[in-house]
Amino acid sequence: MIASILAGNTHEFHSLIQPYERSVYSMALSMLQNEADAEDAAQEAFLKAFRNLDKFRGEAKFSTWLISITLNEARSRLRHKKTAKTDSLDELTEDGHVSPALLRDWREIPSEALERQEVRLLLQDAITGLPTIYREVFVLRDMECLSVNQSAEALGISVAAAKVRLHRARLMLQKRLAPELKRVMPKRRWFPWF
Amino acid sequence: MVLECKHVWEHISGYLDGNLDAAVLEEVQKHLEHCEICSAILDSTRNILILTADERVFELPLGFSERLHARLEAEMQGFTYGRSGSDEGDT
Repeated sequence: MIASILAGNTHEFHSLIQPYERSVYSMALSMLQNEADAEDAAQEAFLKAFRNLDKFRGEAKFSTWLISITLNEARSRLRHKKTAKTDSLDELTEDGHVSPALLRDWREIPSEALERQEVRLLLQDAITGLPTIYREVFVLRDMECLSVNQSAEALGISVAAAKVRLHRARLMLQKRLAPELKRVMPKRRWFPWF
Repeated sequence: MVLECKHVWEHISGYLDGNLDAAVLEEVQKHLEHCEICSAILDSTRNILILTADERVFELPLGFSERLHARLEAEMQGFTYGRSGSDEGDT
């Protein structure tokens, strides 16, 4: 399909990107934390992918290439925004130690919980609240379901670094979300360990 | 080697991804069998990953697709590869 688009059938680009619309938007939103900015960044990423499709060499998967463009677009906008919050979070070093939240009775979380706006907001806030270096790898690996290797490639970091960041991101989310989900779902049996 | 809880926590992510070395995996499993705290941490982390991977967490805004494709359509008018438009090497 890509060859056909490059040969002039540009309208086929619509079909090419359709499966990736949600991924690109999620990536942009998790980075930019604002729906309007995320939509604009996602549109810009797709436009750049279209304009630069002749530079896609096929060494990477199209989806990984597209995510890299989105990541670059979001990072560039973040640099321009330079919010105090982002700056301070980005100053975190990578040798920090993360301890998990100690809570029992977590074996069943009903997926219906996501029907609740409150729960969705908690998850969104927790993800967007991660420091950028952890958020990026978490979104790629655990939300977009790229492999660790593909995530590392898209981020331009080593596989070992991707694993370390992913581990910390997951524990940070566990630490923050376990008590919060316990609070919003008090009817379930949540027992704090201490 | 007997692992303490805090050492097991360092392996939770690798355990969930199934990429621990066989020897470490065995030690972690042995620990999880008798440690309720660590097995609860493992379960909660796994559950959170299931929740965050759900597409409903970040829903596309209404009309997102229509607006995107309209913008692309406008870009496509008169666009040809190999001449112009490939000047944004931001990839």
